Amino acid sequence: MNMSLIISQLINGLQSGSVYALIALGYSMVYGIIMLLNFAHGDIIMVGAYVAWLAMVNFALNPILAIILAIAACVLLGVVIEKVAYTPLRSSPRISLLITAIGVSFLLQNLAQLVFGAGSQRVPAMISGPSLTIAGQYVSFTAMITIVISVVSMLLLTLLVQKSKMGKAMRAVSEDMGAAQLMGISVNRTISFTFAVGSALAGIGSVLYCCAYPQASPTMGSMLGIKAFIAAVLGGIGSIPGAMIGGFCIGLAEAIISAVGLSVWKDGVVFAILIIVLVFKPTGILGKTMTEKV
Amino acid sequence: MKKFLSIALILVLMLGVFAACGNSAKDTEDENNVPNNEAVGDLPDEGNETVSGDTIKIGMIGCHTGDYAQYGLGVKNGATLYIDELNANGGINGKQVEIVAYDNKGNNQEAITAFNRAVDEGITALIGDVLTGNTIAVVGEAYPLNLPMITPSATAATVTYDDETDTVYGNVFRTCFIDPFQGEKMAEYASEVLSAKTAAILFETGNDYSVGLKDAFVAKCAELDVEIVSQEGYATGDKDFKSQLTTISSKNPDVLFCPNYYEDDGLIITQAREVGFKGIVLGGDGMSGVTGYASSEVLEGTLYVSGYAPGSTDAVKAFEAAYTEKYGAETLNMFAATAYDAAIVMCNALAVAEEAGLEAGTDEYKQAVIDAIRDNSAELECITSSGYAFDEYNNPVKDAVIMKVEDGEEVFVEIF
Repeated sequence: MNMSLIISQLINGLQSGSVYALIALGYSMVYGIIMLLNFAHGDIIMVGAYVAWLAMVNFALNPILAIILAIAACVLLGVVIEKVAYTPLRSSPRISLLITAIGVSFLLQNLAQLVFGAGSQRVPAMISGPSLTIAGQYVSFTAMITIVISVVSMLLLTLLVQKSKMGKAMRAVSEDMGAAQLMGISVNRTISFTFAVGSALAGIGSVLYCCAYPQASPTMGSMLGIKAFIAAVLGGIGSIPGAMIGGFCIGLAEAIISAVGLSVWKDGVVFAILIIVLVFKPTGILGKTMTEKV
Repeated sequence: MKKFLSIALILVLMLGVFAACGNSAKDTEDENNVPNNEAVGDLPDEGNETVSGDTIKIGMIGCHTGDYAQYGLGVKNGATLYIDELNANGGINGKQVEIVAYDNKGNNQEAITAFNRAVDEGITALIGDVLTGNTIAVVGEAYPLNLPMITPSATAATVTYDDETDTVYGNVFRTCFIDPFQGEKMAEYASEVLSAKTAAILFETGNDYSVGLKDAFVAKCAELDVEIVSQEGYATGDKDFKSQLTTISSKNPDVLFCPNYYEDDGLIITQAREVGFKGIVLGGDGMSGVTGYASSEVLEGTLYVSGYAPGSTDAVKAFEAAYTEKYGAETLNMFAATAYDAAIVMCNALAVAEEAGLEAGTDEYKQAVIDAIRDNSAELECITSSGYAFDEYNNPVKDAVIMKVEDGEEVFVEIF
């Protein structure tokens, strides 16, 4: 395998990795704040894809408007799910929340199947531009834009969490919900905000995903969500930089496996990574060991 | 209320029984020459009045009612259309052809019953069955009798060949091609028409259709000196093919063969263009409908092979006009056309046996018909193919239709 081919494959890996990273961030943030594995997160992406499709195909809207609508729909859906399904259960055992999340995931999938049909729909191209040849290396426009947009979103997220007041509140709630409340932080608002930010990232991920794989189908979110979840676990669930690293690692691992001709084993390798991480380093690459409070 | 319910239930059951009796009734006219308008009521009067000794009886079994009636009726009507034309022109050697049609309702047991009944009525050949499962059931009965039969629609390899005992059912032929044959055709087309020297393949590993087409394509390419530079697989449900396509694209093949279904192919072609693949993308009939799953720019120039294209050639247009006039367009499908061809092939073979002066129903007669189907069909002017040849498994070597995507439309290119 020559050098240019290796670079192409790495770009492929980074492209799918950035989508995984964006989705993994949503998992990680929600887990960080209410200890919930939000398995409906993947299906939010599916809804985003359908909204983009609806906006462009049925209402003939401008792609930029469609992108904004898709992200807005994801944010709204994320917050509504949190309010309707998770808030009433906040004091229940965590297993109830987990099962509810799975239930919401099935609800969204089957609803989409009912409304849009079981087949997939073609999402028209949302962003297009010239492909570049960098140092004799062909790089498609969507690959570049995907990597750039996700890196920028992650930087903005880091700024938000580290520098803004809301970010401070998020960190405080995730550390100790009771104490944060005593300090005058509105826990409900902070949690909703976390869901909104996570879902917005999912919306961006959904748009980028549709640029690379222009089809929307009711079950598209499940595998994507599971892989992003693995990325979050690999990076250390609850950690924002960890989710990014995990996402890129999973994307690259997939690309390398396919590049050496074992594409059929792609999913198997990703799940093997999950098992290995859970067995040998359950906290992931950047996760910190938390002592259980009594 | 309960009593009412049980009476109602009994009535429904009884209705079912009557309906079943009604359905298994013979489709053709009975001995009293009362024409049954559903089946061959359109036969010329002479057809009904000839004494049975002077007619050649061809059986037609298929699912004329039920879920797959579209196929069954298409086959029956398509074959009947040709036989009616033939009878109007004097029949075979002066003898009229009589159709003995039975409905099997898509049921294997019914298919066997129908077949045995048709044999009792003295059929000398069979056009059918229609569905693959039914056909396999009928073959089990027809093979011991060595009764010549042509199915226009059963595509499974096991219809003519039992791989467990390595037996080819010599009496069974078909006029539709089996799936892997498309791979062969596409390899020939790539080599002869597109002058391709190198090819790559991206196929779904767990899918018999995909693997069958791929194997046939590879075998034919080896014969034609087309080099396969890369063979990549993917698992069912995959959406990301960029890594495989990057590898393929780096080898710069003239053509990329994608023997998959349209949804996957849509994604594959989009991503192939994204990683910079410039060659021509080829596919099998599974690619039909791909225009709904990728943009017209990336699809432009994509080719796929198919068995039949409506309105393609003059012969097909003439057939479609005649069919629609007589039976309407509802059941007009690919299998109506292959059934028309099956009738041509069968009647031609029957004519050979008749001319040899053999007596209908004898072993020599049946064998003569079988031999004639195999050996005398290559020059026949049929509608889906100019002639039929059969390979060692009795699968047809025939023409295919090449389709091309132009401006987001799947258009007919040529018969190849």
